[in-house]
Amino acid sequence: MFKRIMVPVDLAHADRLERALTCAADLAKHYGADVVYVGVAAATPSSIAHTPAEFAGKLAAFADAQAAARGIPAVAHAVTSHDPSVDLDPTLLKAVDETGADLVVMASHIPNLTDYVWPSNGGTVAAHAKVSVLVVR
Amino acid sequence: MAETPDTQGIPQPEGASDLIETDYEIGQDNIETQIGPFGLDIHNPVFLISGLSVVAFVVYALLAPEQAGTFFGWLRPTLTSTFDWFFLMAANVFVLFCLLLIVTPMGSVRLGGAEATPDYGYPGWFAMLFAAGMGIGLMFFGVLEPAYYFGTPWGDEPLGVVRPFDENGALIAENVEEARRMALAATSYHWALHPWAIYAVVALALFSYNKGLPLSIRSAFYPILGDRVWGWWGHLIDTLAVFATLFGLATSLGVGAQQANAGLNYIYGLPNNITVQVILIVAITAVALVSVLRGLDGGVKVLSEINMVIAALLLVFVLFTAGAGAILTEFVAGLGAYAREVIPLSNPFGREDDGYREGWTAFYWAWWISWSPFVGMFIARVSRGRTVREFIICVLIIPSFVCVLWMAVFGGTAINDMIANPETSLVKANVIDAYKPELSLFAMLESLPLTAITSTIGIILVIVFFVTSSDSGSLVIDTITAGGKVDAPVPQRVFWCTFEGLVAIALLIGGGLTSLQAMVISTGLPFTIVLLLMCWAIWKGLVAERQHS
Repeated sequence: MFKRIMVPVDLAHADRLERALTCAADLAKHYGADVVYVGVAAATPSSIAHTPAEFAGKLAAFADAQAAARGIPAVAHAVTSHDPSVDLDPTLLKAVDETGADLVVMASHIPNLTDYVWPSNGGTVAAHAKVSVLVVR
Repeated sequence: MAETPDTQGIPQPEGASDLIETDYEIGQDNIETQIGPFGLDIHNPVFLISGLSVVAFVVYALLAPEQAGTFFGWLRPTLTSTFDWFFLMAANVFVLFCLLLIVTPMGSVRLGGAEATPDYGYPGWFAMLFAAGMGIGLMFFGVLEPAYYFGTPWGDEPLGVVRPFDENGALIAENVEEARRMALAATSYHWALHPWAIYAVVALALFSYNKGLPLSIRSAFYPILGDRVWGWWGHLIDTLAVFATLFGLATSLGVGAQQANAGLNYIYGLPNNITVQVILIVAITAVALVSVLRGLDGGVKVLSEINMVIAALLLVFVLFTAGAGAILTEFVAGLGAYAREVIPLSNPFGREDDGYREGWTAFYWAWWISWSPFVGMFIARVSRGRTVREFIICVLIIPSFVCVLWMAVFGGTAINDMIANPETSLVKANVIDAYKPELSLFAMLESLPLTAITSTIGIILVIVFFVTSSDSGSLVIDTITAGGKVDAPVPQRVFWCTFEGLVAIALLIGGGLTSLQAMVISTGLPFTIVLLLMCWAIWKGLVAERQHS
């Protein structure tokens, strides 16, 4: 049913993603799909990496570790953005096209008051993506 | 492309660059927390100290307005007249240093690594450079400054040039040409190479793309202070930068609202009072908020581009209605005058034009320098992928031409009006006969056709230029107070943008705008020393970069 599952990951908060990662891996096994881990970073140095190349390297290492631990075929797809705080949603939507994913599995927080003003990234991606989106809360 | 999705989104390979190895991890001092529904990711202690010290100074200015007014009102002119030679010398060093970088092999180092590609095309990049760094000043001083130097009766003629008017306000024909030439040269001196060299130095010092250090002012000091920049030295530097930027923006917002109000009063007869000014600040802050919420590409860049288009239209309009041929001749003459006078004007010693040198030049230099942490950091952020040579040509040389053109068009038109109608010229009435600087632009526009439309465009431009300074300033403050993270939660930039507006309103209502503005300009003196050290750090960094590649 699904061939490629895209999982947006925030390397700085990978510990919060456990449920989404497990869910994506289970679905990948069930449907025989492969997983693409997408990471978005600014070109400026960040807590994860000093350069975009280093960031891509760390994301690839993350994907390899996931593939080994969960026994699924997985690759990484790193994207740069000028202003990730604001441009995250459109960047992720573009990544859906770039990776050719047909399902997005992403973690999100439980909606609260601020979601009326700033919707969660999961909510926005689900509202605008052309493919299926599973938001894991 | 779906087959090998590895890393194609990244502009890579980055190529050779000289990464600084340090144990510091960006964000290691940050506090990530949740206050109510808002997530925060802020630097400890820079965020808190900057915020609290801003509040403390506002309270001081509100509780003891006279003391604050007297002290800062004394401090600023004292600094600029005592250390005028230092400011002039330092600015000359910055210009020479930048020109040196163009011609030496250092110019070929690329910001962001040897094979980085530019993040922004030329139009967007230029628009952001101008809108953040200079825009509002061009609106305010474009007519005022050339007209003022041309006819000043207050004894602060640049280099003591002859006056074109006698005591009765009649024209002295033989002095006109010399006074006009010097007026354009002296104005261009303040808006061309020197201010842009100041910004270029700060922006270059921050080439954190190559060094892998956080995008924060403290990083520029790594070559000098080493790992100490992650401690209290760095906290102090970053806090000072936030402090100068926030007060610089808030006080210009307050003073700017007064000026825009004066303009609205002059054109439309709107009441000139605090209520209107507070409404203006709220409106400007609201638009800036929308802009920061839309982000760097969707907000700041778009608004800067719109801004540039309107400004260019106004420039072209004035150029053609005032006579393109004559004004372009003026531009060439202005360039010639600038080239001829820039050395005498930038010589700090043995001059007698104290009014001009201390009151204008040293004031300007202190002012540009106090803004340089903000503008420099913003320029640094949007300049990734350019070589040092390309960067300096585009940040120093081309803006200088644009500024000389702007001054020749607006100032030249105003001066021509004063020469043609010394009796009835509104520019003369509002700049020379009575000093009402905020009306100078509108007075000049009245000498041209379609005044109602162009004055309205003028007001809109003034307001939009404030917005583009305010939004980029909020981004910069947010990045510094988040320890160099550019992906901090959005509510933080909303906080800084709103805070800026609130400080402006508090100072507007309670008084203290001008005294705190004087305080900000006073920070120009310590920052001048800092900038001189930066030149050395840049050189060191570039040499290391070249050895690496």
